Amino acid sequence: MSEVKYWQAINSALREEMQRDESVHIFGEDVGAQGGAFGASKGLLGEFGEWRVRDTPISEAIIGGLAVGSALTGLRPVAEIMYLDFITLAMDQIVNQAAKMSYMSAGKFSVPLTVRTVCGAHRGSGPQHSQHLESWFAAVPGLKVVWGGTPADAKGLLKAAIRDDDPVIVIESLSLWGQRGDVPDDPEVVVPIGKALLRREGNDVTLVCWGGMVPRAELAAKALSESGINADLIDLRTLSPIDEPLILSSIAKTGHLVVVQDANGPCSIGSEVIRLAATEGFSSLRGQAVHITPPFAPVPFPRELEQAYFPQSDNIVTAVQNLLLKGSM
Amino acid sequence: MKGSSALTEDTEMILRLFRTMSLIREFETAAAGLLASGALDGTLHMSIGQEAVAVGVCDVLMPDDYITSTHRGHGHCIAKGGKVKPMMSELYGHVGGYSAGRSGSMHLADAEVGILGANAIVGAGIPIAVGAGFSAKARKSRQVSGTFFGEGAVAEGVFHESLNLAALWRLPVIFVCENNGYAEMSPMSVHLVTEDVVDFASPYGIPGVQVDGNDVFAVRAAAAEAVERARDGGGPTLLECKTYRVHGHYEGDPQRYRDKAEVEQWRANDPLKRLTDAVSTNAALISEMEEVTSEVASEVQEAIAWAESDPHPELSSVLSDVYRDPSSFVRNSATWRSRMGESEVL
Repeated sequence: MSEVKYWQAINSALREEMQRDESVHIFGEDVGAQGGAFGASKGLLGEFGEWRVRDTPISEAIIGGLAVGSALTGLRPVAEIMYLDFITLAMDQIVNQAAKMSYMSAGKFSVPLTVRTVCGAHRGSGPQHSQHLESWFAAVPGLKVVWGGTPADAKGLLKAAIRDDDPVIVIESLSLWGQRGDVPDDPEVVVPIGKALLRREGNDVTLVCWGGMVPRAELAAKALSESGINADLIDLRTLSPIDEPLILSSIAKTGHLVVVQDANGPCSIGSEVIRLAATEGFSSLRGQAVHITPPFAPVPFPRELEQAYFPQSDNIVTAVQNLLLKGSM
Repeated sequence: MKGSSALTEDTEMILRLFRTMSLIREFETAAAGLLASGALDGTLHMSIGQEAVAVGVCDVLMPDDYITSTHRGHGHCIAKGGKVKPMMSELYGHVGGYSAGRSGSMHLADAEVGILGANAIVGAGIPIAVGAGFSAKARKSRQVSGTFFGEGAVAEGVFHESLNLAALWRLPVIFVCENNGYAEMSPMSVHLVTEDVVDFASPYGIPGVQVDGNDVFAVRAAAAEAVERARDGGGPTLLECKTYRVHGHYEGDPQRYRDKAEVEQWRANDPLKRLTDAVSTNAALISEMEEVTSEVASEVQEAIAWAESDPHPELSSVLSDVYRDPSSFVRNSATWRSRMGESEVL
């Protein structure tokens, strides 16, 4: 194990996979000499050369096309979309092309591409650099979606995505960029796609989170345990497919479900977790499911508004306490 | 515009071009009949009248070169070496089809001969071909990538993003515009600021060539030059082929946007007729061509018989090939499987 920052873990995942497999190529806006807008590809141009680490124009649709066309013809591309918001300009290639090519060719083609993109929330980035669009991709058959909330998971999930033969959308959090954490040194360690992680065990409530929410949910779980409430804290890590067995076994134990997210509520990953609880998990629930989300509005720019907009750890603590208080009445 | 070049001395090539064009014509004519009779479902977009473009371009490509195609893609698929049996079966929605019968006419792909897919999204194949060209160049192979699109796709942003990038990186891509005068159901004047798509080559600093798209020799000669340049590292070419779609945008299109007289005028300019006329003094060749015509008719009839006897897909095939590794998605399909009467295995 080595303690590294979140972005350094991403950088080493890219380097290790490029060393391991020469068909891995990365491209995107400013990924070359600049090393990426936030440093994720720092040093890679010098090590691997301009045809494996390549700056593109600000043309997200062609970045998507490069990814699909090169994935169909022998490469294992890692396309970078600078901010998650910008992926809207590449949607045809991701949704209509990458996601459907295996199906439409009866399995003769595979599309082993990775799209890396960064969610810029919690940095005063404003309405068009802070969105959480993960559920859009989770709603499309043919895609897989992952989001690591720690340096180790950011690295291990990216490596798994690059090695995966299906198209994978890898979302990263700018809010976690400088966060430190222990990361395995062994380049063969990957985090399997489809497996959530129980970050903390408890019998009183199941608390589900992912991505940039993980540290706030951990703080909340810690504070709750100090007040005598012990949470099963589930970090989903993979958003498509969701690790349903882990969620179901946890609510079978706790009887209570709280989902907390930075994404807007309607048609979200959290809605899907609650759908699961209301259907297959129905007999486990001993109280209403609680969904903590931002208001249904764009992300505000001013620091104090943005702080209030996104659920914070004290909001989670209060919501859990209210739920369990109601349950005990 | 580059005109006809009478390369009538190369009879082997002429017969090859004629055979492929005739096969496309026969395939589409038969499919149109099957759709009209109710034997086929859905809709079809025919390239009847445009065969010389697909055939002229693909004749100079190698089997491992790539193409991307369009919603009007039967001709491109046949010209690049796609097989008429799986094509016809796909039109029927039967298991032997290129998509195991699950996607239909607009989704023909064949990995073995470099067909990276027809495409139901206008313009979407263009950036994919650029990606294949990037891959070829990055792998230091000598493959080239061709992309077919109509002039309607030229108004899409991806056309311009693709030309810019292919020019910037000198990628081995041949941009083939089949300018048939109509973007779906509106004339070109409604869509583009120019009558000549080739005008878009010079802003991107790449060679632009305009040819008579109903003259297969002219198309082939221009494509050969573009392919050679691309293979030698000279970068992309924009090739505009002026042609005409004799059928509607889709089968059953009432075609209120054009006069019948215009269609009849273009029928006289039919690319197959043009080819036969060019060699009309060679009686031996004409006789061989007549034989070819009857051979391709039999080939298409065999494909129809094969496709008709090919079974419908099993309900379970709805879940096949969605993922290369579907293991983690097993639960997501539980409801579907129970609807099909399978016990839930969770």
